[in-house]
Amino acid sequence: MSSLPPGAVRLQAALAVGPAIAVVPYLMAGYPAAEATVPCLLGAAAGGAAVVELGFPFSDPLADGPTIQHAGQVALAQGMGVARALAQLRAARAAGLTVPVVTMTYLNPIWQYGLERYCQDAAAAGADGLLIPDLPADEAGPAAAAATASGLGFVAMVAPTSTPARIAAAAARATAFLYCVARTGVTGAGDGVPEEALALLGRVRAASPLPRALGFGLGHRDQLVALQGRAEAAVVGSALLEALAEAPDPGVATARFVRRLR
Amino acid sequence: MAEPAPLMALTALPPRGRYGAYGGQYVPETVMPALDELVREAPRALADPAFQAELVRLQATYAGRPTPCYFAERLTAHHGGAQLWLKREDLLHTGAHKLNNALGQVLLARRMGKRRIIAETGAGQHGLATATVCARFDLPCVVYMGEEDMRRQAVNVYKMRLLGATVTPVTSGTRTLKDATSAAIRDWVTNVGDTHYVIGSAVGPHPYPWLVRTLQSVIGREARQQLLAQAGRLPHTVVACVGGGSNAIGAFAGFLADPEVSLLGVEAAGRGLDGPDNAASLVAGRPGILHGAYSYLLQDQDGQVLETHSVSAGLDYPGVGPEHSALRDSGRARYVGVDDAQALAAFHRCCRLEGIPPALETAHALVAAGELAATLPPAAVVLVCFSGRGDKDIDTVRAAGEAPPG
Ligand SMILES: Cc1ncc(COP(=O)(O)O)c(C=O)c1O
Repeated sequence: MSSLPPGAVRLQAALAVGPAIAVVPYLMAGYPAAEATVPCLLGAAAGGAAVVELGFPFSDPLADGPTIQHAGQVALAQGMGVARALAQLRAARAAGLTVPVVTMTYLNPIWQYGLERYCQDAAAAGADGLLIPDLPADEAGPAAAAATASGLGFVAMVAPTSTPARIAAAAARATAFLYCVARTGVTGAGDGVPEEALALLGRVRAASPLPRALGFGLGHRDQLVALQGRAEAAVVGSALLEALAEAPDPGVATARFVRRLR
Repeated sequence: MAEPAPLMALTALPPRGRYGAYGGQYVPETVMPALDELVREAPRALADPAFQAELVRLQATYAGRPTPCYFAERLTAHHGGAQLWLKREDLLHTGAHKLNNALGQVLLARRMGKRRIIAETGAGQHGLATATVCARFDLPCVVYMGEEDMRRQAVNVYKMRLLGATVTPVTSGTRTLKDATSAAIRDWVTNVGDTHYVIGSAVGPHPYPWLVRTLQSVIGREARQQLLAQAGRLPHTVVACVGGGSNAIGAFAGFLADPEVSLLGVEAAGRGLDGPDNAASLVAGRPGILHGAYSYLLQDQDGQVLETHSVSAGLDYPGVGPEHSALRDSGRARYVGVDDAQALAAFHRCCRLEGIPPALETAHALVAAGELAATLPPAAVVLVCFSGRGDKDIDTVRAAGEAPPG
């Protein structure tokens, strides 16, 4: 870990501020409306997000439950795609966004765009890292290398079902942080903090010093309080997107939602 | 009598789960440990004499193997030229080749201690086969099926429910096989601890393409022996329809080592290959990642998977198994498209000339086989994998209009 990509350094620093658990809102580019991306990114920062995860829509999101599936369908119907989402990220940076951003997209859209070209363009647009939910550590070599070559941090995922060997492989791939999946299942709002999530966080800490961001099923302040000291960050996706569905001003609603979590 | 055909072509797992550049494991981490377990356990089970003996016994006494290899004299006369022989998977219990795979995978799931079975289905044949074996072994079975497919294959929905399966409608996206497969994978992600996903074609993440191909290879192994015994020769070409590609790869598997045998896969050209309304991934697509594997895919410029169209629900899928992509690129197999109207005409022709209603999927293969036979001498043999029977498609055919004259 002698020469971390600059994006990974920025992400790790943003998650290490403490003492409160870092809040990482997940937004879908182009949701709830095509032009909502920039205000939502700025709103997330204003609300106190440590890092923002920016999702790009895909027609067949295998790790997502109904809420994010629906948000993706809405975004696709607005014509959202990789190039347009990156342009919106660039616009948010131009408008003063300073928190680190991790892009989250399934593999095929960026495979078609070209992995190396994607990492270069994402870095140029102001991304700090990348997360690909259908790219397990075994297959992630080329993507992680392309990320590093462009200065982006790479985020690897671990799940409650991951064996010690798989956790070690993910830790070896990741440069920025480890995304810990809180439950055996797909994304979607939930309650409480599952036992399997706490057990996973413990196994991950034993295997790697990287920051741990827990996600899937989180959306209430009491969940984040319960995670205090057990994870460095909490990713909040479906619950936020549900709050944005009817919001007259998505940017303001994002800021308010994130602020209430802190 | 010749010796019984060996059960299956027990080839080694493809190195790194790849057929050339194609295949791989592009799935959420949550199910990776289950795939690792399958990679370990499936080859062990398939090589175990006790497992093989049980599978062979059930194939013979429950499923109805071997299926006949039939010389279709009147179809041959109609097209002129080479002899058309039909490998009659339509005569297998439940009416299609799908049972070969479902039987093997459910036995495997029991051996691995899985207590719940899920499947996706398009035409309903795979769901029906899986529901059938689950009834036989008293396992709960959930079948995901697109709403649109539930409408056009209503009889199979009813049959699955009679067998005790839960048929869950999928209302997202295309409401056909693609989204049913996504829904099944999400269920697996959620219930992976006690659930085995019986994928219905030679698609999905490694080792599924290998597993399904191995279980379906009984088609080609039997057919090769039967043709040698009955026609006295190897076929000039083996023809099969390609949805995800399981009946085709199973038929091809028996002949891959015979360089003189050509392999022809037939995809659904729907309303035509020029427009978007087809399901011909190998003919009209380009490589991409869907449902866990890198393979030819119908997608737009942004890498979004396209909606497909075919009159045949079992072919109405934007992807294809990775081994077919490798066979296409190497030229070992050739792939063509046959459209809705041609398939419907072949359906009627096969009813009238042979007294055998083919599945609409199978009808696609009959078109390409007939056209090819017309160009070959009478001594040549064209083998068609007759993947299923047409009962399930009667409503679709009736809605499409009267039988053509003759
Ligand atoms: C009779 C029949 N043939 C062919 C297919 C296509 O599947 P595959 O390409 O996997 O053989 C289906 C799928 O439902 C089917 O029911």
